Amino acid sequence: MRKRHVWMTAGMLLAALSSHTLAAEWNMPIGVTDVSREIYSLHMTIFWICVVIGVVVFGAMFYSLFRYRRSKGAEAAHFHEHTMVEVIWTAVPLLILVGMAIPATATLKKMYDASEADLDVMITGQQWRWHYSYLGEDVEFTSNLGTPREQITGDGERSEHYLLEVDEPLVLPVGKKVRLLLTSDDVIHSWWVPDLAVKQDAVPSFVNENWVRINEPGIYRGQCAELCGKDHAFMPVVVEAVEPEAFEAWLAERKAAAEAEASGVDREWALDELMERGEQVYGSICASCHQPDGSGLPPSFPALAGNQALMDDSALHIDTVVNGVAGTAMPAFSTTLNPVELAAVITYERNAWGNDTGEAIQPADIAEMMAE
Amino acid sequence: MASLPPKHRLQQGSADAVGGSDTHHDRPRGIMRWVLTTNHKEIGTLYLLFSLLMFMIGGVFALVVRAELFQPGLQLVQPEFFNQMTTMHGLIMVFGAVMPAFVGLANWMVPLQIGAPDMALPRLNNFSFWLLPVAFTLLLSTLIMPGGAPNFGWTFYAPLSTTYAPPSTTYFILSLHIAGISSILGAINIIATILNLRAPGMRLMDMTLFVWTWLITAFLLIAVMPVLAGVVTMMLMDINFGTSFFNAAGGGDPVLFQHLFWFFGHPEVYIMILPAFGIVSVIIPTFARKRLFGYASMVYATASIAILSFMVWAHHMFVVGLPLVAELFFMYSTMLIAVPTGVKVFNWIATLFRGSITFEPAMLFAIAFVVLFTIGGFSGLMLAISPADFQYHDTYFVVAHFHYVLVPGAIFSIMAAVYYWLPKWTGHYPHLRLSQWHFWLSIIGVNLTFFPMHFSGLAGMPRRIPDYSLQFADFNMISSVGAFMFGLSQLLFVVIVFMCVRGGKKAPAKAWDGAEDLEWTVPSPAPLHTFEHPPQYRPVEH
Repeated sequence: MRKRHVWMTAGMLLAALSSHTLAAEWNMPIGVTDVSREIYSLHMTIFWICVVIGVVVFGAMFYSLFRYRRSKGAEAAHFHEHTMVEVIWTAVPLLILVGMAIPATATLKKMYDASEADLDVMITGQQWRWHYSYLGEDVEFTSNLGTPREQITGDGERSEHYLLEVDEPLVLPVGKKVRLLLTSDDVIHSWWVPDLAVKQDAVPSFVNENWVRINEPGIYRGQCAELCGKDHAFMPVVVEAVEPEAFEAWLAERKAAAEAEASGVDREWALDELMERGEQVYGSICASCHQPDGSGLPPSFPALAGNQALMDDSALHIDTVVNGVAGTAMPAFSTTLNPVELAAVITYERNAWGNDTGEAIQPADIAEMMAE
Repeated sequence: MASLPPKHRLQQGSADAVGGSDTHHDRPRGIMRWVLTTNHKEIGTLYLLFSLLMFMIGGVFALVVRAELFQPGLQLVQPEFFNQMTTMHGLIMVFGAVMPAFVGLANWMVPLQIGAPDMALPRLNNFSFWLLPVAFTLLLSTLIMPGGAPNFGWTFYAPLSTTYAPPSTTYFILSLHIAGISSILGAINIIATILNLRAPGMRLMDMTLFVWTWLITAFLLIAVMPVLAGVVTMMLMDINFGTSFFNAAGGGDPVLFQHLFWFFGHPEVYIMILPAFGIVSVIIPTFARKRLFGYASMVYATASIAILSFMVWAHHMFVVGLPLVAELFFMYSTMLIAVPTGVKVFNWIATLFRGSITFEPAMLFAIAFVVLFTIGGFSGLMLAISPADFQYHDTYFVVAHFHYVLVPGAIFSIMAAVYYWLPKWTGHYPHLRLSQWHFWLSIIGVNLTFFPMHFSGLAGMPRRIPDYSLQFADFNMISSVGAFMFGLSQLLFVVIVFMCVRGGKKAPAKAWDGAEDLEWTVPSPAPLHTFEHPPQYRPVEH
């Protein structure tokens, strides 16, 4: 009777444990694509195979440890080999592995078939943000960490999606096969969204391919998975999956906004206007290395405040920001930022933190320089 | 011992019979005795003490990491320093703690287990040890250099470790070169010793599993340390001489770095576990008072693991953009490693089956090794499934996996070895109660630290981040508490070893009644010179 009670308790414990194990915060997400479901099921299959093997192996081990204690008078037997047993416990695991390899191979083949996509998106990793470009649609933007710095360093309240929120998410249509082309401007990053079961390295100067077909609208969050420098923890990925009609509308809106921005290049900008825009750009793009107060993190990231070499030579300053500095962590921003943003941020750097050159760099000049 | 199996290979002899002696010619005293020593026991002790020191330093770095991760937000350190800590922790533990500990054990025990008077190349032995303090002083000095220490992870992927690296990287490269030379020289010495200095009559298939696994490990070291040397030299050229091996802008390939690194790196993880297999294969039969089950299959399994270890490297690179065929090849070959590894675990359990088992501290650590290493093996099998690895890769699930095979794996085996052989080294048994406390605190601490990492990894937490989103907070808090518990209980280990050197219950030559190998025929503590005349070895039938 007592024995039965023990077994029932153990059974209930196991059940409680397994339902807990299946809870979302404890396990791999099932995800919202066919591939993510297959991966989840592979994961659970191999997990349960391991559990069964574990129960058998550890069961035999602990049985031996309890049963054959010398303190209970156990005397050692003399056997020390048995060919048949050795053959069996070599062959059986081999068969289990073959059984496991078959579904894994099938899933992998599916994951590698990125052909016949409805939409191509180029994803470029940059220290420490993602740049998205909808190929053939003239829409591109940069997606930065949305969590304010104060939340990271301060003791105050943290937002619900702390570190997993961005200023502009990647918007994708539901039900369409989207091909993801990944590359990087600097070091290796890795673009990962657990709910989509997509993790792919972004390697500088190489283009990797992956694809996703999202089944349900929603917001899916992930982050960079490959150590990429000091702000590796602060480059999240957010994907917003919407119905195809909503996606088309969003795309049209983005195109109109891009045209409006482009027309701003031709007009004369006032210093205040540039400073205001520049402060925004600096905050989201430059501050993580050169620091919000321009003090930098020498020797890797030089100070901008009081940087006489740059302040004396505006051409050098512009060249540094637009084309980057080869062999250092300073990337070329000509692809990331448009002429208005470039002019604004350079103007900001030349006038903030006591630099006070009074110079306003005009977007038109930058555009002309980039055209050359 | 009535319960003993009939396995007496040796006529038990006195110290004189096996040629033990403490007398010798004029020797330098004080510090110079240690600097100039060519004695395998003294060099073994130096290796072990050095490794213990590195274990403590690497442990402090780990605790800095865990303290920062105790709760979300940046509290204690900045991300730049956090990355230096994860990097230095990995490098120090792999190259400074685990590898030298195994070499130290080999120095002490290989000659004693094969009946050799010393290592084959004693002066080289001295040199290969003294390279290590040089290498690691150089490595640790990068912490106070401008720009800080290496911050790109112990795997130092290019171009983060080349174009984007701190200036101290060149020192890091130099220190790896020196540590690598030390490893290669040590490996040559071990191979030369095992192949040439075995007691007359001892065939290869008569050697203990510890000697066997070290022989195989030494060949792995010789095969892959030059690859590491090559890859860091290419980095050196990229950084200082304008080459572009790994710089795509100059026609190089960052992924080439990973292929080269893991061609070294995967055999390297077996370098850190094969000797552990050997230790456990020696300890379990002793305390089960029963011969090791399937000796020959253990040797063949070790050799198969070593050979397979050269064919699985790209399973560390499943998401780097390999072609489908490569993914499949490396998935299958990796899964295959489970077979010989399984054979080992089954053999250990069959050794326990119908034994006469006692639970001395060495046995406790050995049993914990079998259980927890197997758990690490299970997660390894899961990681081998390439499609699933797209989710696991570079998450805390991986961190959990490799810490299970390295901490309760490699490090527990080293502790088991220390508890097992301390009576032979010092002539005293380690304090029993304290050793048991050390074991239980360690095993609870280690599981508290690393088990929750499986969950945080599956739930989506990437590795090597100093700050994380809120759903990972509970797991990280538990891990941090466990890490401090594990870390602090290692101070107890230091105390136990220190006490054991100073005194304690006297140990006889054969300190454990079930121990049957050659080292137990020389007195405890082992005199400085043993087996000056080779022992008579009478092989047993296998």
